Amino acid sequence: MAKYLLLKHYRGAPAAVNDVPMDQWTPEEISAHMQYMRDFADRLEKTGEFVDGQALAPEGTWVRYDGEGRPPVTDGPFAETKDLIAGWMVIDVDSYERAVELAGELSAAPGAGGRPIHEWLELRPFYGVSPTVTE
Amino acid sequence: MDEALLRSLTPSVLTVLVRRGADFAAAEDAVQEALVEAVRVWPDDPPRDPRGWLITVAWRRFLDATRADTARRRREDLADREPAAGPAPSTDDTLQLYFLCAHPSLTPSSAVALTLRAVGALTTRQIARAYLVPEATMAQRISRAKRTVSGVRFDRPGDVATVLRVLYLVFNEGYSGDVDLAAEAIRLTRRLAAAVDHPEVAGLLALMLLHHARRASRIAPDGSLVPLAEQDRGRWDTASIAEGIDILQAALARDRLGEFQAQAAIAALHADAPTTAETDWVQIVEWYDELVRLTDSPVVRLNRAVAVGEADGPRAGLAALAELDDTLPRHAAAAAYLHERAGDPRTAARLYAEAAHRASSLAERDHLTRQAARLNARRRRGAGP
Repeated sequence: MAKYLLLKHYRGAPAAVNDVPMDQWTPEEISAHMQYMRDFADRLEKTGEFVDGQALAPEGTWVRYDGEGRPPVTDGPFAETKDLIAGWMVIDVDSYERAVELAGELSAAPGAGGRPIHEWLELRPFYGVSPTVTE
Repeated sequence: MDEALLRSLTPSVLTVLVRRGADFAAAEDAVQEALVEAVRVWPDDPPRDPRGWLITVAWRRFLDATRADTARRRREDLADREPAAGPAPSTDDTLQLYFLCAHPSLTPSSAVALTLRAVGALTTRQIARAYLVPEATMAQRISRAKRTVSGVRFDRPGDVATVLRVLYLVFNEGYSGDVDLAAEAIRLTRRLAAAVDHPEVAGLLALMLLHHARRASRIAPDGSLVPLAEQDRGRWDTASIAEGIDILQAALARDRLGEFQAQAAIAALHADAPTTAETDWVQIVEWYDELVRLTDSPVVRLNRAVAVGEADGPRAGLAALAELDDTLPRHAAAAAYLHERAGDPRTAARLYAEAAHRASSLAERDHLTRQAARLNARRRRGAGP
C-alpha cells in the first residue's frame, strides 16, 4: 500500500485541454463539476482508498521568523508566484498504476461545455515506512 | 479481562459459524459483535467456557441479523434452523480462515486488512490507525474484501504461499498507532505454524523472530535509523534469536528450501555474529546465491552485491553492482557505501545525496542525507586551512 497526493493547481500546471476559467462556465457546469468531485471522493471511500481531500483559498500570506522577541514578518500574496495549489486529495492504493488511473479519472472532471477539463494534476508519493527486513 | 485469550479464540469461533452455514461476511460481523459484548460483560461475569460463550453469543447475533434480513426480504429459512452441534473445529479450520483472508482474488491491501480483522481480531479502528487511513475507508475496504470472498468455498485447500506473503507485508509495516503490526504478524505466523506443517511457514516465523530481536537497536531515541554495523548488539533479544535459530534449523533439516528459509538463514548469520567484521560474509553470499536461484529478484541481487563487498572487498562489490540496473531502489545507497569503503569519499558523498533524493521513507532519506553530510564535512575539514 502506498499513499499519494493528487495536487490540483490554480496556477503553475501546464495548460489543460479544455482550458476555460471557471467564471466563464455556466452555473450548471459549475454544479456538475462539483458533483463530479464529490462523487469521485465517495467512490474512493467505498473502494477503501480515500484518505483526505481539501480545497484551499487562492489568497495566502508568506510568513517568516524575524528574530528573537519580534513578531513574524508577513508578506504577499505575490501575484508572480508561479505555483498556486488549489487543493488536494490523498489516496491509499495498491500500486503506482492505480494512483495514475485515479488521477486520470479526477482530471476528467467536466468543465466548460460539460466536456472533460483534461486538467494536469500533480501526483506525489508520500514517504512510506522503512521495511523491517532489508538485508 | 484477557484480551489475548479473546483474540486467540476468534478464528475458531468464526469458523464454527461458517461451518454451521453462516455466510462469511455475516458471520464475521456477528463475531465482532460478540467480542464487543465479551469486553463489556466478562470483567464482571467471566464465563467458565469462553469459547462456548463466544460461539453462543455470536450465533445468536447472526440469527438476529439474519431474521431481520429475512423479515425484510421475505425469504430464507436458515435463521430458524437449529444448528447441528457439529464436530469441534480443528486447527484445519483456522487454516481455512487464513486461506480465505489471503485469497488470490483480493488485492494485497484488502487481504492484509481482512486477515488482521478476521484472523487477528483487531477492530476496524485499530487497523485504520495502524495504516493511517480514516476508519470509514478501512471499514469499506474490509466489507468489500468480505464480499469478494463470500462466494469462496470454505473447504478448498488454499496456497500457503499467498498467506505467507500477506503476513510478510504486515510484518514489514512495523508499527504505528496503537497496534504493533510486527508483533501481530509474529503472533499470526506462530498460529499458522501450529496449524500447518510447512518449512516455509517455519522459515517466515524464524525470519520475523530474528529481525524482531534487533528492533530495539534499529532505531535511535531520536527516531533515526541505526545501520547494522553500528547497532548495539547487547540490546538484541537473545531469547528471540535463539528461538528463531531453532525453528530455522528444524525447517532446513527437512531439505525443502524456500525463500523465507534462505532469508532467515541470512538473518541468523547476522544475529550470530559478535561484530560486523566477524560476520560470516562468505556464507551470507552463498545464501544470497540460493535466494537468487529461488526468486531471481533484482533486489536480492543488489543485496548480494553488498554482501560480496564485505566478503571479497568493495571493488568486487562494485563489480557485482555494475551488472545491475542503476534505477533499482537502494542502488545508489549501496554504491555510495561501497565507494566509501573503496576509499572514494567524493563519489560516495555524491551517491549518498542521490540516494537520499530517491529514498522511499523519511527515516531512510534522513539517514542517507546524514551520510552525505558526514563525508562532505570531513572533506571540508581535510581541505581547510
